[in-house]
Amino acid sequence: MTDKRFMAGNEAIAEAAVQAGCRYYFAYPITPQNEIGEYMAWRMPEVGGTFLQAESEVAAIYMVFGAAGAGARTMTSSSSPGISLMQEGISYIAAAELPCVIVNMMRGGPGLGGIAPSQSDYFQATKGGGHGDYHLLVLAPSTGQEAADLTMLAFDLADKYRNPVMILGDGNIGQMMEPIEFRPPAENVVLPSKDWAIRGGSAGHRKLIKSLYLDPPILERRNLVIAQKLREAARNEVRFESYMTEDAEFIIAAYGTVARIAKTAIKILREKGLKVGLLRPISLYPFPYEAFAQLAGRVKSFLVVEMSMGQMLEDVKLGLCGKSQVYFYGRVGGIVPSYDEIVGEIEKISVKAR
Amino acid sequence: METVYERPKTLTRVSTHYCPGCGHGITHRLTAEVIDELGIREKTVVVAPVGCAVLLYNYFDLDSYEAAHGRAPAIATGCKRVHPELTVFTYQGDGDLAAIGTAETVHAAARGEKITTIFVNNAIYGMTGGQMAPTTLIGQKTTTTPGGRTAERAGYPIRVCEMLATLEGAAYVARVSVSNPKNVVQAKKAIRKAFETQIRGLGYSIVEILSQCPTNWHMTPAESAKWVDEKMAAYFPLGEFKSPKEG
Repeated sequence: MTDKRFMAGNEAIAEAAVQAGCRYYFAYPITPQNEIGEYMAWRMPEVGGTFLQAESEVAAIYMVFGAAGAGARTMTSSSSPGISLMQEGISYIAAAELPCVIVNMMRGGPGLGGIAPSQSDYFQATKGGGHGDYHLLVLAPSTGQEAADLTMLAFDLADKYRNPVMILGDGNIGQMMEPIEFRPPAENVVLPSKDWAIRGGSAGHRKLIKSLYLDPPILERRNLVIAQKLREAARNEVRFESYMTEDAEFIIAAYGTVARIAKTAIKILREKGLKVGLLRPISLYPFPYEAFAQLAGRVKSFLVVEMSMGQMLEDVKLGLCGKSQVYFYGRVGGIVPSYDEIVGEIEKISVKAR
Repeated sequence: METVYERPKTLTRVSTHYCPGCGHGITHRLTAEVIDELGIREKTVVVAPVGCAVLLYNYFDLDSYEAAHGRAPAIATGCKRVHPELTVFTYQGDGDLAAIGTAETVHAAARGEKITTIFVNNAIYGMTGGQMAPTTLIGQKTTTTPGGRTAERAGYPIRVCEMLATLEGAAYVARVSVSNPKNVVQAKKAIRKAFETQIRGLGYSIVEILSQCPTNWHMTPAESAKWVDEKMAAYFPLGEFKSPKEG
């Protein structure tokens, strides 16, 4: 039986979380993702779960810490400034190896910025964000359907790697209404038992959830355990979409909302006779470096398009290793690039490449 | 032969790192005794603070979380919501609870979160070496108030119990001290009431414990105990500020 509904991306994420078994949601209101909390406020009681509106994002992320440590599937959601406030707690969660899902519906920054869509938290999401050596696993949906699918997958990945997973979207993904089908993850992830979780009744085997290791060799070992786990994730969890790349002479690299717009631009460009393809990272961490490396050299020109001043751009360059020419087009402050602008950029590049 | 004194089962068999004359040792023991007597050791969770008591999970034989500075009530909230059948308590110092974690404390109390807080107030930051705390008394010398705290420069010490007692969600609020045997007996009674308040599901409970810090006060243990009774208790009066009806 298919469970198909017409709903906004934010609501799709909330419902997907519930269907993935999340029963504890803690968050603080912030635009443009309030629909997630408002959905959870009625939906959680309906399934016997907990919705708690925290006093701040700082408190919300530590409630997640507490619930994750207690063995539950738990989630919080916010937007850029709120995610900045959570960074302390995210570092502690990564250090204590607690599984949880964090949704960031990015808005324009820096500072209070604006409330319109942006992709300017890419660095924060993929490179660490808080203090210390750790990474989140980061998934970037491009449609409402994918937002639902990736949210379900995120809970499995969090449990599998005992690591926080971030759904990195933007105001567009969150607000756009589309038909959404709820289906369990296609991939069968083998989930380890949570024998480390605090559940009471642990006579003689008490559980301890912590991140303080005053002895440097022991702390170094803890860091190595996390690094090893992330290397394993880098081997297993790279996800991307190749769209019309087989014969492409130009490749657009974009994720999320921008990738969707790029597909429209590609149709127009192909009608004009330009062979353009799209490489769309779905997992931003681990990043699909190898997919870029395989196209490096064969494809002369890459255009990275982001709603930022060029953040994913750096990872694309790492993947291409200087073997292709890399161009960048970015809009910021909440401005979403139109397909016309992307068409124009590729046409400019095609003239140079001639 | 009858045993008249022994280590509570809730405490592990190790020496603590606390300084001679420090109130943490007494407070640990009283809390452990109450947990033993209530028979809840297998279903009690402690959330450790950042501060002198950060390593308390080495001393309490309980399931434990180690919190970030000030965030213990939020972590306790997350745990308690998942396991309402467990007894969850935070153990926090004055800097942790009344400075960096004020918001988490006030809102856990306002929500009537069914957790207990053991709040050790020694009017100073102990672990970092004796800086001014939110409960440092006017005139008290610390490394960051070398001439003594003045209201003009550093404002006034916060009376946490009086503030929290105004909140509907706070069901049991009491201030005690561990400065002399009589007060120690009172302190244990208050800790027991706080845990019972949680078990009965009545709301948030907190026991503030005025405690000695001879090392950072630069006093002998005996002088420290006297200072708690004469100086601290004068500004932070002992007593129950809020208590649920017996039943």
